[in-house]
Amino acid sequence: MNSIFLIARKELKQFFISPVAYVVAIAIFMVVGILFYVSLLAGFSQQVAPSIQVIVGPLTTILLFSTPAITMRTLAEEQKTGTLETLLTAPVRDWEIVVGKWLGGMFFIFIILALTWVYPIFLNNIVDPGIDQGLLISNYLGLLLLTGSFLAIGVASSSLFSNQIAAFFITLGILLVLWITGYAASQITSAAEVLRYLDLSGHFFDTFYTGVIDLKDVVYFLTVIILSLTLGAVSIESRRWR
Amino acid sequence: MIRVTGLSKDYGARRAIDDLTFNANRGEILGFLGPNGAGKTTTMRILTGFMPPSAGTVEVGGYDVIENSLDVRRIVGYLPETVPLYNDMTVVEYLSYMAGLRKVRKIRARVQETLEQVGMSDRANGYVGNLSKGMRQRVGLAQALIHQPDVLILDEPTIGLDPVQVVNFRELIRGLGKDRTVLLSSHILPEVQQVCDRVLIINKGHIIAEDTPQQLQIRLSGSQRVRIQVRADSKDILPLVKDVAGVLSADAVEHDSIEFETMPGQDARPLVAKAVVQAGYDLLQLEPVKMSLEDIFLQLTREDTADLSDETEEA
Repeated sequence: MNSIFLIARKELKQFFISPVAYVVAIAIFMVVGILFYVSLLAGFSQQVAPSIQVIVGPLTTILLFSTPAITMRTLAEEQKTGTLETLLTAPVRDWEIVVGKWLGGMFFIFIILALTWVYPIFLNNIVDPGIDQGLLISNYLGLLLLTGSFLAIGVASSSLFSNQIAAFFITLGILLVLWITGYAASQITSAAEVLRYLDLSGHFFDTFYTGVIDLKDVVYFLTVIILSLTLGAVSIESRRWR
Repeated sequence: MIRVTGLSKDYGARRAIDDLTFNANRGEILGFLGPNGAGKTTTMRILTGFMPPSAGTVEVGGYDVIENSLDVRRIVGYLPETVPLYNDMTVVEYLSYMAGLRKVRKIRARVQETLEQVGMSDRANGYVGNLSKGMRQRVGLAQALIHQPDVLILDEPTIGLDPVQVVNFRELIRGLGKDRTVLLSSHILPEVQQVCDRVLIINKGHIIAEDTPQQLQIRLSGSQRVRIQVRADSKDILPLVKDVAGVLSADAVEHDSIEFETMPGQDARPLVAKAVVQAGYDLLQLEPVKMSLEDIFLQLTREDTADLSDETEEA
């Protein structure tokens, strides 16, 4: 357990050393900031209070594209520089390495998401009688689970490569495919049930986004996370047998 | 401390090491000598628990590398050939991180201690990325030492160091080998000769020879080369020497010196001396020509001399 936190802490530190983290953070705050400002203006002119969905909606899209950039380094770089060799000869289990890497990403995302709370807090102050707190909680819980899945898929993909760019695009590819299966389900009726269940976006937008916390979706996201991390650990272990 | 029995490793169809068997005791520095691709790194990687063997058993400190991989990794310190460092960490940060993963208690004190041991205290807060090759190597060694391992495995530790650093590094390793087992690979012969208590010569995944550096030299000098210097023209002496029983061949090397090779297992020196003196010449010097480990290595790794090494074993 201790090793997981050590690895996670080191990962988190490295995010703040590397420019990637700042670039991602800037992108998120710029895009969300502009959209927030525009929807505020629209709200004033139409006399409707904007909901926090104007922040969370774009956030999912940005996170979809930026988490692969956050995770691409995690294991690919260790393989390239050979540091994985020390990690694998230290008394640390393979899954502890993978979970540690994922948890480091989670810490980072947690900080980013915490910072985006400035928008809801601001909104709460200018809107009377304040914003829907339940909607806020369900949206952010959903966001955490969603990005948790993104990161888990990203770390698992990173374990397959020693090339960061390859890790980035594979992660993005997998995420986009899982993102659009809901749309595919509406066209391919024969496998609609399966496709709809696999859909990453559906499990977020149909429930968490609208203020509903459904155990079914929580289980779905946790399954994605655990399954991805397990595959990542298997992939690391298989390196030993090559 | 280390017991390796019938160890083999296949990479796909290629057999990297084939049926290796050797032991290493506590307080012993064992040298792995062999050309590139001989299987040194593969063997070390198996010993450190980095990868499993295809066949055979490996025990380190009484633990099996497959069954008790974590226990093995706990007591082994490993410096891989490419020193594994995170360039964007400081030396102290890096060592503290490794110490944490290695479950070291009192991390700060131990990091300082290890830095002093490898002589890097003055660069403790510098970034790893800014270090020279020699310093990186030392930080790599510090990483391998941080948890005070019983077994230290060093893959080509002096590669890329300048001569002064090499000397320091060897001294350091010698000191470390006093109370633990050190396994060291190299393709530099004098290094192994100076540092190691015992040498394993490996080629193409096989152990060709195993002995102390001194014994190895003796074993191979079964057929001895001897140089004599006389107060005369070497041309006059040459036929004389060649006639002595037990002399395999003889050549004039300088105007007054001759080198001759004896038959394996026979010492022709007294006979040669007697022959020279009886012929009325003054014998000035008679000394064995020492084969360097370089020659031994070449001789042992040349495939066509496999039978020769068998012969010398008997001698």
